[in-house]
Amino acid sequence: MEPTRNATPFAPTGTPGGIVDGRIRMNIVVVGHVDHGKSTVVGRLLADTGSLPEGKLESVRAFCERNSRPFEYAFLLDALKDEQAQGITIDTARTFFKSAKRDYIIIDAPGHIEFLKNMVTGAARAEAAVLVIDAKEGIRENSKRHGYLLSMLGIKQIAVVVNKMDLVGYSKEAFEDIRDEYIAFLARIGATPRFFIPISAFNGENLIVPSDKMPWFKGHNLLSAVDAFEKEPPKANQPFRMPVQDIYKFTSLGDDRRIVSGRVESGSIKAGEQVVFLPSGKKGRIASIEAFHAAPRAEIGAGISIGFTLAEQIYIGRGELMVKTSEVQAEVSRRLRINLFWMGKKPFIPGKTYYLKLGTAKVPCRLEKINYLIDASESGGQTKIAVERHDVADCVIELSKPLAFDPIARLEATGRFVIVDQYEIAGGGIVREALAEYAQTSASEKPSLLSRSSIPAEKRARLMGQKPALIVIAGGPGRDPNTPAKALEARLIELGKRAFYLGLEDAQEADAHTSSESGNSKIESGWEAEAPAALLGRAASLLLDAGLLVVAAAKGLDSEDVKILESLVKPHAVLQLEAPADAEEATGATAGLVAEALRALGKFG
Amino acid sequence: MEHDHLEQLENQSVYILREAYANFKNLAMLWSIGKDSTVLLWLARKAFFGHVPITLVHIDTSYKIPEMIRYRDHLAMDWHLTMVYGQNKGALERKETFPDGNITRLQCCKNLKTDALKNTLSGEWPRYRLNLETGKYEPDKNKDPYTGVIVGARADEEGSRSKERYFSPRDKNNEWDVGDQPPELWNQFKTDFAPGTHLRIHPLLDWTELNIWEYIQRENIPITDLYFDKGTGKRYRSLGCYPCTTPVDSTSKNVAEIVAELRTGKFANIAERSGRAQDKEDGGLETLRRDGYM
Repeated sequence: MEPTRNATPFAPTGTPGGIVDGRIRMNIVVVGHVDHGKSTVVGRLLADTGSLPEGKLESVRAFCERNSRPFEYAFLLDALKDEQAQGITIDTARTFFKSAKRDYIIIDAPGHIEFLKNMVTGAARAEAAVLVIDAKEGIRENSKRHGYLLSMLGIKQIAVVVNKMDLVGYSKEAFEDIRDEYIAFLARIGATPRFFIPISAFNGENLIVPSDKMPWFKGHNLLSAVDAFEKEPPKANQPFRMPVQDIYKFTSLGDDRRIVSGRVESGSIKAGEQVVFLPSGKKGRIASIEAFHAAPRAEIGAGISIGFTLAEQIYIGRGELMVKTSEVQAEVSRRLRINLFWMGKKPFIPGKTYYLKLGTAKVPCRLEKINYLIDASESGGQTKIAVERHDVADCVIELSKPLAFDPIARLEATGRFVIVDQYEIAGGGIVREALAEYAQTSASEKPSLLSRSSIPAEKRARLMGQKPALIVIAGGPGRDPNTPAKALEARLIELGKRAFYLGLEDAQEADAHTSSESGNSKIESGWEAEAPAALLGRAASLLLDAGLLVVAAAKGLDSEDVKILESLVKPHAVLQLEAPADAEEATGATAGLVAEALRALGKFG
Repeated sequence: MEHDHLEQLENQSVYILREAYANFKNLAMLWSIGKDSTVLLWLARKAFFGHVPITLVHIDTSYKIPEMIRYRDHLAMDWHLTMVYGQNKGALERKETFPDGNITRLQCCKNLKTDALKNTLSGEWPRYRLNLETGKYEPDKNKDPYTGVIVGARADEEGSRSKERYFSPRDKNNEWDVGDQPPELWNQFKTDFAPGTHLRIHPLLDWTELNIWEYIQRENIPITDLYFDKGTGKRYRSLGCYPCTTPVDSTSKNVAEIVAELRTGKFANIAERSGRAQDKEDGGLETLRRDGYM
């Protein structure tokens, strides 16, 4: 296998390695219904473990005194003025926190329903969760909704704390009633919390040491429970998946590498292995692993942002999913069953075009139907035609072009998506399964709505004095195929043939353009055009049926694209010619190509 | 595969930089010449395999410590950067600055930083671009507004920064609506935006001050020596304009000593920007940030 190459001539200015702080870090989110005490839990945890900057506690106490307000630990987190004015946490504050065991980024997510998107933002980053329930108020709407969302977001390690135990006299029965009810609810959605802990955040009971107010409770306190969570094991044993972020070819300073870049989401890969890009189906072999200023690595595993060169010159763009040919393949479909939570101000409705973003793919989509609403507070669902803000639904969506993905049960990273409404991320969800597609005009079919001529193709060819054919003039790097293609068309017509020129935008650039250009200008265009090779194939197919000689100029077509073309124009013939290097003017080179094309056509009949 | 926390941070930052590059046509990266945005620049070289295909923008208040400008231009030539600077020439000519004694520190920040930044990003004021052949700055022909602006802000620096997103929208007036931020999940970022608005992109959001120095050490990133004690028992911990920036007591003479010093927790209870005088005026950094300050 080949080692990682350092980018030359960009010589590294130092060696990697060095001393790093070996401490492990974990993201924990704190969720729960509004006013159940999330910020107090976090604030008190920071204070009790000595994780606050010096003077912070005192300055907040002084602030409260000046303003004649009772001191609250929650104020510690409310760094922003308008939050303090409103008395609610608006956003997901990220707080750094240390225990003897490791470092935590502890995320305090707002419980107010208005801020669901902030709660989701915080929770989606978490590896584990603390869900706070008020002992006096009991289980409320968002206690359930947050429990459901944690499960959808893929967070499996949950500690449920029953807070404000001081308000129920530290009663064992009050704690157990809430615990049993919540366990029963979570069981319905297939989730099981790791810990249930009775606490009083305000009084510091069961936070970092066992509480003597609740001697009946023998389990973990909050700090020891959080320390008992495990880091997610590496995803190396899963199938390899890498959403392609971009293809880079930075020509400056003599760099001629063409690098497929992205981050490995699962599995691992070595140089020399065979890969396939989905949904295009194009295949290649890893020639080298590319990185700048990094120690060589024989194998690239999950979580690594990296680049590869391929042995073959194939053209793919951002949005493809790179998988290994030797492993279970991702699925490709235009129709999906999904679970979705909706955060948008406007509902998710049938008939409107949205964008679905999964990995690096961005595909127009439409709601086909809602199977049922997953109402967190009821066991059954109800029927509805639109998914409203804060609803969670099981539904079917249709995509304008094929998408590569994994069902959530197989892989998480490539089974999750968001939906964009206009300029905003309005929904998030998981793919349950691929559904059968409605009949499409597939490669060999003709559009069924058009009725076809009844003149047999052979008779038409005899009467027209020519056999139809598609002549593709391909333009490699720096080669213009348009001038020779137009010259050939003109020459054929002079010779009494019926010929027609079709020019195609650079297939490679067009691929990259449609996928990487942000929706800011394209959002209005709705249902998106198909891949350049497919577009050319379909257009040429009709012209060939009409008996014409079609001269197509296309830059950036690779061998896989030619296969697509051939399948689309079957049974007509495809002749492929390479544009000469200096074909911009009507030079000898152009004349040479025209002559070559005529010879090829002559042989063909 | 096992990888340490610096690698996780690096991988995430590189991912964000590539997402920004793929989604924004007019993309700029703010380079204050300080340690954070220099780490950001290094991460761009990682993301793009030794190249930096993003324009670097520096807001020159004219009160930067002179070594900073020399260091900027040296690296720009060395790394073949597309280097652009802008400044508030009007305010400087009219002496509407704090060092001239005419306005407060905060008003001075607004004039020389916030307004200069706003108008440089929008293309309304002239931009000056480094000619890599001659080493001289020339008026920049590109007057298009930048729709994506990459910034080195970190969540641990100061309260208001802990609320940011990786991709954070700014409206026509550069304003930040803290209460209504886009959701951000599963590495899907807000990359669609209405005309006239733009996105601030924060690849370093999860890094701490210690992480920055650990990474500078691990990667051997060239950094301005203003951060080091040169025998006076003082060094800069955060770099700004010299009239408003004071050094801290420290005898750290190199990167390794700074890493060791930070690990002792010596500064754990002292805000990183405590040497930045404008933060102490009423409203301070938060007021500046709402208005577009970094």
